[in-house]
Amino acid sequence: MALPETPGSPIEESGSRTVSRRTVLKGIAGVAGLASVPALLAACSSAATPSPAASSAPSAAAPSAAAPSAAAGSAATGSTTFGSSLSDAVPKKAMQDVIDAFTAKTGIAVTVNTVEHGKFQDTISAYLQGTPDDVFTWFAGYRMRFFAAQGLAGDISDVWSTIGSHFSSAFKGASTGDDGKQYFVPIYNYPWVVIYRKSLFAKQGYQIPKTIDDFTTLAKKMQSDGLVPLAFGDKDGWPAMGTFDILNMRLNGYDYHVSLMAGKNKWTDPQVKAVYQRWATLLPYHQEAALGRTWQDAAQSMISNKAGMYFLGTFAGQQATDPATHDDLDFFPFPLFGTQYDSENAIDAPIDGFMMAAKPKNPDAAKALLAFIGTPGAESIYLTSDPNDVAAATDADTSKYNAFQLSSAKIIGASNKIAQFLDRDTRPDFAGPNGMQGFIQKFLSDPTQDLDAYLKGIQAFYDSLPAQ
Amino acid sequence: MVGIPAFIHIFLIWLPTLGSILLSFTSWNGIGGLGRIKFVGLTNYQVLFGGIYPPFYPALAHNLIWLAVFLLIATPIGMLLAVLLDREIRGSRIYQSIIYMPVVLSLAVVGFIWELQYAPDQGFLNNVLGTTTSSGHLIDWLGNPDINLWAVLVAASWRHVGYVMVLYLAGLKSVDPTLREAASIDGANARQTFFRVIFPILAPINVVVLVVTVIESLRAFDIVYIINKGLNGLELLSVLVTNNILGEASRVGFGSAIAVILLLISIGPIIFYLARTLGEDAR
Repeated sequence: MALPETPGSPIEESGSRTVSRRTVLKGIAGVAGLASVPALLAACSSAATPSPAASSAPSAAAPSAAAPSAAAGSAATGSTTFGSSLSDAVPKKAMQDVIDAFTAKTGIAVTVNTVEHGKFQDTISAYLQGTPDDVFTWFAGYRMRFFAAQGLAGDISDVWSTIGSHFSSAFKGASTGDDGKQYFVPIYNYPWVVIYRKSLFAKQGYQIPKTIDDFTTLAKKMQSDGLVPLAFGDKDGWPAMGTFDILNMRLNGYDYHVSLMAGKNKWTDPQVKAVYQRWATLLPYHQEAALGRTWQDAAQSMISNKAGMYFLGTFAGQQATDPATHDDLDFFPFPLFGTQYDSENAIDAPIDGFMMAAKPKNPDAAKALLAFIGTPGAESIYLTSDPNDVAAATDADTSKYNAFQLSSAKIIGASNKIAQFLDRDTRPDFAGPNGMQGFIQKFLSDPTQDLDAYLKGIQAFYDSLPAQ
Repeated sequence: MVGIPAFIHIFLIWLPTLGSILLSFTSWNGIGGLGRIKFVGLTNYQVLFGGIYPPFYPALAHNLIWLAVFLLIATPIGMLLAVLLDREIRGSRIYQSIIYMPVVLSLAVVGFIWELQYAPDQGFLNNVLGTTTSSGHLIDWLGNPDINLWAVLVAASWRHVGYVMVLYLAGLKSVDPTLREAASIDGANARQTFFRVIFPILAPINVVVLVVTVIESLRAFDIVYIINKGLNGLELLSVLVTNNILGEASRVGFGSAIAVILLLISIGPIIFYLARTLGEDAR
């Protein structure tokens, strides 16, 4: 499951538990029983975080007869380490399958260190400056380029000379740093789309809306049928960024999005105000009380037929645990606004992948691993175990795709402009909880506020950040 | 021999504190060596107090509200419960245990428990109140910035009341029963006995409770971090420090400036407490 960048709520039994004063409370039988409550609660938490680190690979399987595909031409041997943020059960297993295949093929042992994904992201800069693993998971976009520019990631242009033929120029661009060298190997991506249940649409006779007018007509009809048109949850601060992104790209185009995220355009521009005004007109069709609802709960509203549609990344499909329900899910791209940018069909389709540390202990083995991951075969192994995403390679085997993946691939294929998502396209100190997450929540809690003052506040905050 | 604890204390507490104060005048993204640290003078403080950094003033206000609620509501309730339970009513042991139970849980777990009560669609409260129907409007206990702080304070007080109760119970148990007898012989009623005789004897406990309450209010962090990472009406200074320094933002200098402000707020009660305890020693 491709998780967007959000720290869940790691329930950790912090050591701040007060010692019971037995002198005062002699013989409380309850205390002993209570000590197990946190563990129980954590077990049923939606964001319970298992963090068994370091599942060691089979130690040096017999080297296979097949010649290892070493990237830099030299035959790689020995072992390498891999730092993974794929901490949820499904992607974790999928990644292990890929690693096992690599070890079986090359005889290179790989030690996998899995860290809970929220924690992984929060500690990334300390991790990269300490003793990082040779290869680690990360995202394409601005934040990848930032680490490359800071000298915290290794140049893997030579790996791209072997794997380059598998990827489109868009993916190569998304893997390239500011200096024109490659630092990233993509594995999969997933689109942000409007997800719905086919059975509900068939039963009610709803049609897929192509334009925003159709969309609002459909939303009104859903309301009269007693449904919430659009499920919505922004408790974690980032899901609503997807809505901002898509409205911005529909109204102002992909290039405007990129310049705005890079700080070249100003948040006080009339274009940005238009996005917020448009958003305010659509909010009546969104599920209310969004700031107290997680994306998981919002997805459940759509799955349980309380809400008709849900605009989110396709990872929302993970919430449909029953296979029959999952097969009933389908999705369509966010409707068009009749602007000059319609032909772009722009979407957010974040790419996840891998990078190499600046000073890997075993560069040859690390590059061999990256070269292996960058092949269609390896991506297929991953997607067999985690069928919520689509392969990054253009020549990956799509014959095993389920309907969900085929729709994803089709929508991504029809998009001429692909963005990474607000918090991957801009600097993290601006996108984070202190910045845009808070600003967007502020807008959602009062959409009728004075937008000029609001946008001035965003720009002032951006300007106050240290130059990078 | 006193040198070793003093050395450890200075090395582990005062040096990092000084480090934070120095860092608060710099801009550093935590990447690269100390040579990459840029001195920026008072810029961080200007950004904080100039209202450019939106969560700062709300966080300051929320910390003070937190302190006020703990001092004026949670602590008196805890005290009242202690007095009631001190009367040896039947089953007082059971009541004590029930009220004390939340204290055994870490605040993170408390936050998690109450999150389940307050959840908009599946939460206990909205379902009991019948406010989840699509016709009625949901009460967004944790998402509405006007009410979520109070909702969280209920949860935090739920734990704090038990804590205060136990401290006072311990104090009340140590009060000499002959004092009460003497007071009643002199014709004092229950209220007069408590306020004129018992409460003054509890002075040392009062100081402990006051300090504990202040500390608990200022270090409040885990409960809001669990609920929504301290966003949207639940901003607290401790969360802002964490978000800036430990999160991906990596604004070490800026986060240190917030930490220094938290230090200045904390130092008041610390000095008050030290002055009292040292003053008692001198007497």
